[in-house]
Amino acid sequence: MGVMNMYWNKEAECIPEEKLRELQLQRLKDVVRRAYEKVPYYKKKFDEVGITPDDIKKLEDIRHIPFTGKVDLREVYPFGMFAVPLSEIVEIHMSSGTTGKPVVAGYTLSDIEIWGEVMARCLTMAGTTKNDIVQVAYGYGLFTGGFGVHYGARKIGAMIVPASAGNTRRQIEIMRDFGTTILTCTPSYALYMAEVAQEMGIEPTTLKLKSGCFGAEMWTEEMRKEIEKRFGLNAYNIYGLTEIIGPGVAHECVEKKGLHVFEDHFLIEIIDPETGDPLPDGNRGELVITTLTREGMPMLRFRTRDITSIIREKCACGRTFARIERIRGRSDDMIKVRGVMLFPYQIEKAILEVQGVEPHYQIIITRPQYLDEIEVMVEMSKETFSDEVKQIENLKKKLEKRIEEIVGIRVKVTLVEPKSLPRSEGKAKRVIDKRNLNQ
Amino acid sequence: MKIKQVSVFLENKRGRLYEALRALADANINIRALSIADTSEFGILRLIVTDPEKAKEVLENNEFTVKLTNVIAMAVKDKPGGLAECLKYLYDANINIEYIYAFVEKSGEKAVVVLRTENLDKTISVLQEKSVQILSWDDVLAL
Repeated sequence: MGVMNMYWNKEAECIPEEKLRELQLQRLKDVVRRAYEKVPYYKKKFDEVGITPDDIKKLEDIRHIPFTGKVDLREVYPFGMFAVPLSEIVEIHMSSGTTGKPVVAGYTLSDIEIWGEVMARCLTMAGTTKNDIVQVAYGYGLFTGGFGVHYGARKIGAMIVPASAGNTRRQIEIMRDFGTTILTCTPSYALYMAEVAQEMGIEPTTLKLKSGCFGAEMWTEEMRKEIEKRFGLNAYNIYGLTEIIGPGVAHECVEKKGLHVFEDHFLIEIIDPETGDPLPDGNRGELVITTLTREGMPMLRFRTRDITSIIREKCACGRTFARIERIRGRSDDMIKVRGVMLFPYQIEKAILEVQGVEPHYQIIITRPQYLDEIEVMVEMSKETFSDEVKQIENLKKKLEKRIEEIVGIRVKVTLVEPKSLPRSEGKAKRVIDKRNLNQ
Repeated sequence: MKIKQVSVFLENKRGRLYEALRALADANINIRALSIADTSEFGILRLIVTDPEKAKEVLENNEFTVKLTNVIAMAVKDKPGGLAECLKYLYDANINIEYIYAFVEKSGEKAVVVLRTENLDKTISVLQEKSVQILSWDDVLAL
C-alpha cells in the first residue's frame, strides 16, 4: 500500500542548499523592491523604521523588515496590497474572515502558474500521476482549497473530479463509480465521509483510494491513523493559507515526518509570538512567511499565527527543502505559563484520553504571588461519574497526572457540574487569564 | 434484594443541594433516606426515593450528573450494638464497606440502614446466612 517517492520537479525540489540560499536572496531582494515601490503600505512601513530595499544584502537582513499581520491586510481591504494594476489580476480569492473584514488575495497569471506548480509537487508527493483520478472535495469558490488542488492536478494531467465540498452521499457514489484514487478534503470531512459510506452500506476500504491530501484545519496524528485505517489509504498533511497563496505552501513526503516547505517560493522564519524575536531552528514558535515570487500580492514577513518548528536535517526523500512539523496550535491560543508554551488542545487531549468523551473544560491562570498557577475546570461527565469519593478523587488525580505528562507543568484539576462552564456560540472560551502582568 | 439509590454529583457551591431537592419536590418525589459525602471541592448526594428512575430523569433535566447505584437496605435491632453486630459479620467475611447511612423510618422495631460494599452479592449472602433481614424494594416503599 506504500506510495513511492516521486518528484514533480526534481531540479527544484533537490536543489543544493547553497544554490537555494542564493536563489532565495536574489528573489527576496526582488520582491522587497517590488513591494516597496508598488505598495504604499510597505513603503510607509519601511519609512517608519528607516530602511530601504537596499538594506537587504543577505537573507538575515529580512529581520529589519516589519511584520505584516492579518489586521494590516484588513485595513487595506480590498485591493490595497496589490503590487500590479488591477488589469493584471486574473483571479481573486478571499479568506473567510470570522472577525472583521475578510482578506482578499489577488493572483496574476504567473501567480496561478506558480500555484499550480507547488500544488503539482504536493500531489506528486502523495503519489499522484496522470493516471490518477483526483477527487477535489475542498470547496470551490472564494475559498482557495478547491481551485488550488485543481490547478495542481491539471498540471499533472490527472483526471479531476471537481466535486467541491458537501453532498456527501454523491461524493461517495462518485468515489465508488469512478474509482477515485486520490481524495483531497479536510481531515474531518474525510472521517465524516467514512461514516456516511458505512451508513450507505459501502465499506470505505473497498474504494480504490490510495492517497489523500488533507489540510485546511488543524488535525492530529491520531486522526491520520484513523483516516488511513478507515479508507485503507495514505494520508498526507498539506499546509497553506490564503494570504500566502492557498494550499501548496508545504506538504509531507512519503516519510510523513514533517511538511516540506517550497523554499524556492516561500521564505520561512520562526519567531517568539510574544517578543517577535527569531527563534533557532527546532524551537517551537510562530511561523512567519515571505512570498519570494508572488506578483499580485507580495507578502513580506506575514505572521501566520500558526505554531510549528523548522526541521533542517536532511530528509530521507532527498528533498533539500526544510520541513515544518505538523501545526501545533494558533499563537492566539498560546498560553505562556512559567515560561512554558502550552495550548488548550494539549489539555483537551489529556482529558479526552482519561475521560473517553469530548470534554468541556476551562483553563484558569492566576498568579497568586510570583508563580503562575493553572487550574483546569473539567465538567464531570455522566460516563465517568462514580458515586464514590475515592473514585472521583482518583479521576482528578489521573487528569492531573496526564495533563502534567503532556504539557510539562503541574496543574490543579477541579471537577465541576455539567453545563456549569460558560458556552458561547461555536467556540467556547477556553482560557481565562487572571494574571495582571502589567503591574 | 438490592435497591436503587440515586447518586448526584454536587459542586461545593451555594444553593446546589437546595436546587436538587427543590427539583425532586416539584416532581412530587419523596425522599426516604439521604446522606452527603463531602470533600473540600465537591459532594455526592445519595438518596433513596420513591421513584428512582423518575428522580434521575428530573435531576438530569436540571443539569445534574446522576447515577443509579445498587445498595443494600438492612434492618438492624434498634438497641446498643445492633449495627455493630451486623458489621462484625462483614468484618469476619473480609468485606469492606464503601459507605453507610440510616433511614428515618423504622421497620417495625428495627432501624433500617443503607449499605454499599465492595461486593454486594457476597454481602447479601453473608448477612442472610446470619439471618439479618434485607429489605426488598417493596419493603422500602412500605416504610
